[in-house]
Amino acid sequence: MDLFEYQGKQYFARYGIPVSDGDVTTTVEGAVAIAERIGYPVVVKAQVRVGGRGKAGGIQIAKDAAEVRHHAGNILGMDIKGHIVRRLWIEQASNIAEEYYASFTLDRSKKQHLGMLSAQGGVDIEEVAAKNPEAIATIHVDPVDGLDEATTRAWVKAAKLNPIAEEGAVALLQKLYTCYIEGDCTLAEINPLILTPQGRVHALDAKVSLDEAAAYRHPEWAEFEGMESLDERERAAQEKDLQYVGLEGTVGIIANGAGLAMSTVDIVNQVGGAPANFLDIGGGANADRMVDALTVINGDPNVKVIFINIFGGITRCDEVANGIIQALSRVQMSAPLVVRLDGTNAAEGRAILEAHQSDRLRMIPDMLTAAKTAVEMAGA
Amino acid sequence: MAVFLTEKNRVAVAGLTGKQGTFYGLRNRAYGTNIVAGTSPNKAGTTVEGIPVYATMKEAVEKEQADTAFIIVPASVAAASILEAAEAGIGFIVCVTEHIPAHEQARVYNILKRHYPTTRLLGPNCAGILSPGKANIGFTPSEVALPGGPVGIVSRSGTLAYQALYELTVAGIGQTTCVGIGGDPVPGTSFIDALEAFQADPETEAIVMIGEIGGTAEEEAADYIREHVTKPVVAYIAGVTAPPGKKMGHAGAIVSGNKGTAKGKMAALEAVGARVAQNPTEIGGLVAQALGR
Repeated sequence: MDLFEYQGKQYFARYGIPVSDGDVTTTVEGAVAIAERIGYPVVVKAQVRVGGRGKAGGIQIAKDAAEVRHHAGNILGMDIKGHIVRRLWIEQASNIAEEYYASFTLDRSKKQHLGMLSAQGGVDIEEVAAKNPEAIATIHVDPVDGLDEATTRAWVKAAKLNPIAEEGAVALLQKLYTCYIEGDCTLAEINPLILTPQGRVHALDAKVSLDEAAAYRHPEWAEFEGMESLDERERAAQEKDLQYVGLEGTVGIIANGAGLAMSTVDIVNQVGGAPANFLDIGGGANADRMVDALTVINGDPNVKVIFINIFGGITRCDEVANGIIQALSRVQMSAPLVVRLDGTNAAEGRAILEAHQSDRLRMIPDMLTAAKTAVEMAGA
Repeated sequence: MAVFLTEKNRVAVAGLTGKQGTFYGLRNRAYGTNIVAGTSPNKAGTTVEGIPVYATMKEAVEKEQADTAFIIVPASVAAASILEAAEAGIGFIVCVTEHIPAHEQARVYNILKRHYPTTRLLGPNCAGILSPGKANIGFTPSEVALPGGPVGIVSRSGTLAYQALYELTVAGIGQTTCVGIGGDPVPGTSFIDALEAFQADPETEAIVMIGEIGGTAEEEAADYIREHVTKPVVAYIAGVTAPPGKKMGHAGAIVSGNKGTAKGKMAALEAVGARVAQNPTEIGGLVAQALGR
């Protein structure tokens, strides 16, 4: 789950990481009220989960109420790379002496936490990493040991930050690590991390991703729920507890298992079609799950055909076939179905479907032919 | 021979008294798995179809000489359950539990590595392990497998491994062991661990490796194959057309930036001589070709 900047800053603040005084609003008048409270000059920042806000004009400085009104009016409703701005973060403007970069994430290859720190912040860090990798000081942290102060200090020195920033950076990075670990972040990133002319080190931005698997031990995350930029289809699937990712095409996909669902998206693309979604109904593939899946796909007006790709394991193909027939009697489908069944009792399962074959339900035994048929039907 | 699991392993099931634990525990026993105990802090002293239930793994080890753990408990207690098994002296731990927080996985992995270096963890969030004709721990449908070898399978995805088993069985080609390493960010057993075991197993003549987008485990496996694997490898990678930034079902299956793409993984495996299938139903044919059948 990716947080908005303002949520990330509020999350940082829980762990004592210094951020600018500010607040969030959805209206122009709200923006003026916040600015009046915290004092001018302020920065008006678009809240969208996408990079390049500054370049798009979504971040502006205002030195009085009239300027806040002007910028807030322009930025609210702005389209930044397909993300519509609905919220603004208004914060005290900072004097910036230097801009740094800091982050923690999981290095899956080393199976340890990876800290990255650079004196070249405020820009695209991937560009820095590609052009000038020695400008990024990295450390690996064994989760068993954690990150102590001496190690943090050596890391800060290695990154060659301004010596004035050392104390502040060491303190902030230790808090950032605590936030990353205790806060169950998969990413905690500050870009830019700034040094003020007064020698303070301070988070000017916040990019935080939370590990949804850890939600059970974070009741405070409840406030972030419902904020995700899900489309209607994804919301409907989430309610039914289905693994669903919305795509742009016309071939609806239902498969059991994440691997097979991904593989089905691939094969539809490979034969020239465009998948409308990724949908994993899980191992069992029983009638109830099938009804839920068909209902979600039925709600997608772009879908012209539905490709059901099931591997029957412990749940045998004859059970899956009966489940499909049952589901079809419960849901009025707007698009025809192509079904491919394989695995335990494949022959029995196919025979059941064959008895129900029509131009609304095709049974095709192999995956490649089934994909081709579905794509042809979507084109017709 | 099989890798990691045979009928001799003495298996204790953590979570045997739960609905899923009972279903899969008994199913696995019916296949021939030597299930010797269950554990449950609340139901100690009871039995499940004759299988004694103890409060702790330590008791299961002391009283039933368990050497293997099948962990099928909720995510909130799974990490503690893995560590409990390791501390009790269990040498092989299979954890099928899904949705263990990534930081917990990293912590458990590094604790095992440091304090229990000889303990093998398979999973979490994996389908389990099946040595056809011998034993089965987890979800793998033994119905689609054929005992006798000579093919070893290692896969992140469950259903794609089942598909591979089925393809081989239909072609009359048996399997030594099917190892599900799982779709999470920090798996206890990697592709490399499984490749090493299959390379050393005299009855395995070819290896099927099924990967997916996200991370760099397949690229690392390709490097390992170049240096250490002389047996033919057939590979398949799911997620060629997955859009970047979208998590495709498994917690580990996400393309971030230009890292973890299926094309990069396929190219790396092809470069070290693996036969790479374009879709999962090609696996059977490519293995037959590799074995000269």
